[in-house]
Amino acid sequence: MTQLTNRSKVVSKPEMTFAEKMYLPAILSGLRITIKHLFKKKATLKYPEETREFAPVYRGMHVLKRDDLGRENCTACGLCAVACPAEAITMDAAERKKGEEHLYREEKYAAKYEINMLRCIFCGLCEEACPKDAIYLTDRIVPSEYSRGEFVFGKDMLVEKIDARVDISKRKKDYTI
Amino acid sequence: MSILIFKAILVLFIFVASLGIAAYSTYAERKIAAFLQDRIGPDRAGPFGLLQPIADGTKMFLKEEIIPTVSDKWLFILAPSMFMVTALMTSAVIPWGLPMEFGGVKYALQIADINVGILYIMGVLSLGVYGIMIGGWSSNNKYALLGAIRASSQMISYELAMGMSIVAVLLMTDGSLSLNAIVEGQKGFNWNVFYQPVAFIIFLVCSFAEANRTPFDLPESESELIGGFHTEYSSMKLGLYLFGEYINMFISSAIISTLFFGGYNFPGLEYLGTILPVNLVSLISMGALFTKIFFFIFFFMWVRWTIPRFRYDQLMRLGWQVLMPLAIINVLVTGAILTFFGN
Repeated sequence: MTQLTNRSKVVSKPEMTFAEKMYLPAILSGLRITIKHLFKKKATLKYPEETREFAPVYRGMHVLKRDDLGRENCTACGLCAVACPAEAITMDAAERKKGEEHLYREEKYAAKYEINMLRCIFCGLCEEACPKDAIYLTDRIVPSEYSRGEFVFGKDMLVEKIDARVDISKRKKDYTI
Repeated sequence: MSILIFKAILVLFIFVASLGIAAYSTYAERKIAAFLQDRIGPDRAGPFGLLQPIADGTKMFLKEEIIPTVSDKWLFILAPSMFMVTALMTSAVIPWGLPMEFGGVKYALQIADINVGILYIMGVLSLGVYGIMIGGWSSNNKYALLGAIRASSQMISYELAMGMSIVAVLLMTDGSLSLNAIVEGQKGFNWNVFYQPVAFIIFLVCSFAEANRTPFDLPESESELIGGFHTEYSSMKLGLYLFGEYINMFISSAIISTLFFGGYNFPGLEYLGTILPVNLVSLISMGALFTKIFFFIFFFMWVRWTIPRFRYDQLMRLGWQVLMPLAIINVLVTGAILTFFGN
């Protein structure tokens, strides 16, 4: 038969030799491999007690940062919402009243700030867009919820607590708190 | 009278030990599987997960029990109990250690020293097929029936080669079928495995097949087929089947140790007998036997997590065309050597 192309390959299926048919040498070498694994370091991590360290570039749940005096950084400029490719961020701006200087750093602040965690793709563009060092993606995992509505996180979930600051030194090298 | 009490205690001890070892074999299986795969296995129930068998057993008991309406109810219930009973019965003839002595009377650490010990074992092993066959058949489910046929044809095929491999061992011990005599004949380091390596390998392979363990776990083939003969079983009846297999593994290990690895004998046992009290030596010899048994249980699991499953035609060819003739040739060669070169 003439070959149409030169791409064909000759497949060989050799008969097993007597030693191979005995199976025992092959089984013994297999047993040697598995017994070595008995003494190897285990790959398992006992999760709730131990956690694996995240990579510095890990982008998890967002945080709205406060400054050194505990005032919110966000001025509701809306750059993050504009940068967001998934359109997950919405906000309402408000003007700072007298006597609220200890709460908000500048005259304008976000009265409402919501991120829809189901829309968010954790790209980190909001963080890059922010001119006020207000929003960061942290190494925290977004908690699971029972309904879709609960995944729209408001300021109560996003703004860091004064007594429980969120460490973002992995994302921002000159960060101190 | 006191001999009855002693035997009753021994029966109870062996019964509890069989169940306990079988229960912890399930734990050991999962741990060894995990370790061989670089995992750590169950470690949540109790320290190192040691209470895992209890949790598993409780789970089995609390599961809903389903008896198919089309099944033969009595046989359906009878089958797992039969499987369990036959699995437990074999241990009756195994000598567990040197005789103990209380008040000048010697008590053998063997429930029944019958002179047809090996025949008894082979007979009870064959009865084990009934538990599987009745279970699969009474389920009135074609998959269960096919699974039962698969299991019983495998067990029957390998019983022949197993029996033939033992014949060679029996030739070595003046033809006595009593397990006690076989163990007595292997004093010190005179283990049968050094004189009958071929018989040992045949017996080992056959006991893997008899206990339905990898590479011969085709009756279950849990990764690709429906459960096999216990498809319709649930709750503790399924538990009894799974548990019975672990008891079978324990008994197989005990028989391998007894027939080929000197039972309770080890080099230096006679010397210990001269310097230590009788009962202590008896317990040490029992410990030696159990060490061998545990090694073989480990070996069963080690093999399971090393090699893949045989194909069904390979299984049958190995049983009938390789092991069976090999066992017969082994018997002939052993007989010829014993005849022409004496002892």
